[in-house]
Amino acid sequence: MPVPENPIPRCPAALAATLRIAPLAPLSLSLTVFTRQLAKKNPEMFQRLGPYGRSVFVLDPTDLPVVLLLDPNGGAPKVTLTRRSGTGVARVSGPLAALLGLVHGAFDGDALFFSRDLVIEGDTAAALALRNAIDDAELDLAHEAATLSGPLARPLKQLITLVERRTGLYLTRPEDAVLW
Amino acid sequence: MVMEIVCPAGTPAALRAAVKAGAHTVYCGFNDETNARNFPGLNFDRAEMRAGVAFAHDHGAKVLVAINTFPRAGSEAIWHRAVADAETCGADAVILADIGLLDYAACSHPGLRRHLSVQAAAANADVINFYAETFDVKRVVLPRVLSVPEIAAINAETEVETEVFVFGGLCVMAEGRCSLSSYATGLSPNMNGVCSPASHVEYQNDQGALNTRLGGYLIHRVERNQPAPYPTLCKGCFSAGEKTGHLFEDPVSLNAERLIPQLQKAGVTALKIEGRQRSKSYVAQVVRNFRAAVDALEAGRPLPEGMLARLSEGQAMTTGAYKKTWR
Repeated sequence: MPVPENPIPRCPAALAATLRIAPLAPLSLSLTVFTRQLAKKNPEMFQRLGPYGRSVFVLDPTDLPVVLLLDPNGGAPKVTLTRRSGTGVARVSGPLAALLGLVHGAFDGDALFFSRDLVIEGDTAAALALRNAIDDAELDLAHEAATLSGPLARPLKQLITLVERRTGLYLTRPEDAVLW
Repeated sequence: MVMEIVCPAGTPAALRAAVKAGAHTVYCGFNDETNARNFPGLNFDRAEMRAGVAFAHDHGAKVLVAINTFPRAGSEAIWHRAVADAETCGADAVILADIGLLDYAACSHPGLRRHLSVQAAAANADVINFYAETFDVKRVVLPRVLSVPEIAAINAETEVETEVFVFGGLCVMAEGRCSLSSYATGLSPNMNGVCSPASHVEYQNDQGALNTRLGGYLIHRVERNQPAPYPTLCKGCFSAGEKTGHLFEDPVSLNAERLIPQLQKAGVTALKIEGRQRSKSYVAQVVRNFRAAVDALEAGRPLPEGMLARLSEGQAMTTGAYKKTWR
């Protein structure tokens, strides 16, 4: 049976170019604030991490010039962007679209592994716990970002919709999941 | 009568996705060694199970709780408590494999419906009828070793409902008795609920190729752009003499979608989807696909074309033992 064409888009070159020169410290701080907001709403996500609740994970979008170090820090997560390779208990690598699709429940982690779009290195059990914890959390990053942006929520949502349409990146949960 | 779609849920989110996608029944387990998918970050605590059952019931679906590992000597109470808690949570049935646990459930929780797990490897009518007469088992999950005519022969000789796997990962031909994982890691699905535990798996990128080690043994290597299999010994690629190949099984997924009409004629009650370790995305896609198939069959329409290859191990599929075309 033929396998359908690879549905995973590549990250826009402009974003990669921006991240090559952008200062990473303020971005890291913003991402930390954002993830802490997510953590407050989804404490069960950290319970699912079990013994890995204080382990650092390296999330490596292979089409970007940065990696993201995620430290769950027992429920008060810290995020650090770096242009180095980063070290942690486990490394999860793949195109940004695949990683965002996993977060939003649009893609299946095992299927991405079978197709080699996702690569796991280091402690496989830690990576599995992270994958399962995120899959259960039913996250919607765009919705959370809009919630945080106050009066700018509406234009931000419009911008996100436009970016999603142009790039094919999953910045929100697929519609049927949101409606349920 | 519409064939029942029984689908997996490793998390509460997957349970909700399964129910939403049209599952008649969802099976899941507690987050401990009592179920055969005891993986990190997976499964349900007691409160989540109670909420999951309530959610399913509110939407007209059933929940089966898999307590299908074999109790450790001296620790039987863990398994007994799981059966009791499944009943308290409102489960529609428990899926059991161990004879001692079946006896405990039948004696101590007679009102809780009992299904026989595939881990019990009951593959003929005599043994199935034994389980029914002795422990009042109402349904058996048949091992993936039977052809469609063999399933029909079983159904002709038993009143016990039969449930068969139609999609997902395949096991070797001795479910409940496989020791391959124990050999490499000391842990097995039968006793610990983990086949090839993630804690013993190591992936290594080697210039684009993917090397996979289990318990320190290199079990397969796939070149760049080749589909990757699960890190289990049964899907390992071995060299002996001048030959290299998959000794036990090819890394493919079962897909018996096109056999659903034949399975219905063979008297099968329920169609089971494998994959409690998979995401809610997988659950939703596979359930939608199979629900559409059984609904089409019931309405007398042709079966819709499936699009499940990408979700399959090795991105390849087989009808397994249902059509015995072994090489």
